[in-house]
Amino acid sequence: MSKLLGWRKIPIGTIILEAGSTFEVRTGDWRTFKPVIDHNKCTRCGLCYYYCPDGSITLEVKDGKIVKVDIDYYHCKGCAICEGICPVKAITMVEEVK
Amino acid sequence: MSISLPKPEYLAPGHAACQGCGATLIVRQVLMALEPDEAAVIVTATGCLEVVTTIYPRTSWRLPFVHLAFENAAAAASGIETALKVLKRKGLLKEKKKMHVIAIAGDGGTFDIGLQALSGALERGHKFVYICYDNEAYMNTGIQRSGATPYRAWTTTTPVGKKIPGKPQFKKNLAGIAAAHEIPYVATASPGYHVDLIRKVRRALNAPGPALLHIICPCPTGWRHDPSKTVEIARLAVQTRFFPLYEILYGRKYIITMPVPKPLPIIDYLKLQGRYAHLLRPEMKGEVEKLEKAVNDFYKWLERMAEATKDIPLPSWYHV
Ligand SMILES: Cc1ncc(C[n+]2csc(CCOP(=O)(O)OP(=O)(O)O)c2C)c(N)n1
Ligand code: SF4
Ligand code: SF4
Ligand code: SF4
Ligand SMILES: [Mg+2]
Repeated sequence: MSKLLGWRKIPIGTIILEAGSTFEVRTGDWRTFKPVIDHNKCTRCGLCYYYCPDGSITLEVKDGKIVKVDIDYYHCKGCAICEGICPVKAITMVEEVK
Repeated sequence: MSISLPKPEYLAPGHAACQGCGATLIVRQVLMALEPDEAAVIVTATGCLEVVTTIYPRTSWRLPFVHLAFENAAAAASGIETALKVLKRKGLLKEKKKMHVIAIAGDGGTFDIGLQALSGALERGHKFVYICYDNEAYMNTGIQRSGATPYRAWTTTTPVGKKIPGKPQFKKNLAGIAAAHEIPYVATASPGYHVDLIRKVRRALNAPGPALLHIICPCPTGWRHDPSKTVEIARLAVQTRFFPLYEILYGRKYIITMPVPKPLPIIDYLKLQGRYAHLLRPEMKGEVEKLEKAVNDFYKWLERMAEATKDIPLPSWYHV
């Protein structure tokens, strides 16, 4: 979805044919603090993944086991829920300065 | 029940929900209950969830999704469930996966304007799951009170004045209303307890008829709390007995899924939310006590119901 359609081309009934197309929206812009994972502390329990309202915690899974946990900074809005939820305090919110 | 990871992300990120939104958190957890050989048609009522996930020309949904109007999520779900059944019977359904129908609506769309459509769908016995994410006001239009807004909560239509400190009425008992239809499954859930929530959705999907989940939904914008506190507040709602977690089977059997023998003081829950800020004033002590008594009375009644109905056997589909 790169260009808005003209009114003649809009599908009838405002049907949207491309599933999950908000994926291209950079909600990471909303952040002032970003969560940073300390991979030495992280036990890869996966808990933070279940509690992110923005599906911005990604798991790398091998043979049913979590091998890596990462933040998707393109989408993460910086709510800091994950920081509070982590049982071993492996996530810290860091102010983003440009 | 096993949750095999990684789960498909049925709700794509990039949606426009506020930071720390309870509604999108709930939807992610709900959809984790779908097995790999299953899919669902999602129907939503008008409200925050629908608005933030379907800003034209984009959508966050990676499942078939329909939005019709504010008041008719359950009616639309009824029609879709029936259509799927007929297509299947005629051999016209190409989809190999088992198709569920999940209706999702806010408290306004459920407790108030959608109640008639919901009652009809439950009475007709459609096999679908109805999810009410309850942020306790009409958030999308600017925090107006609903039948789900709790006693003494501030909203823009229940302002805190000298004479009336927030909403004068108590919350409706939605689970009780749904259970009065004697449908197979009714449950309450909290996104602060993901295993309990996902397990209940699984039971709702397995149930041989209508199922309703009433889910407490912290809303940083409307409840005036820090976005980082969404999960903590969702847990405190349970730990203070403000929002007990239980199930009602066939309108008869009550089960408390997360007993709270020693509740935390209700003020622990209230003090994190700006909509209750006025209740922290010393002269409001009586109001807090009234609310605390009401939640404890309800909890004790639940305990009595669970005890009185414990001999009713569990149906086979309950075990997940
Ligand atoms: C028939 C009708 N009346 C009013 C509206 C305006 N409206 C849109 S969303 C909304 C509030 C929805 O509240 P709720 O169901 O609690 O969902 P929330 O936004 O809180 O998630 C209202 C009043 C509408 N869309 N349709
Ligand atoms: S800060 Fe919020 S949005 Fe970002 S990864 Fe953590 S929980 Fe998700
Ligand atoms: S909750 Fe903490 S320990 Fe668990 S996976 Fe997330 S960062 Fe790692
Ligand atoms: S107002 Fe509340 S429910 Fe609506 S998107 Fe914002 S946080 Fe979510
Ligand atoms: Mg609402």
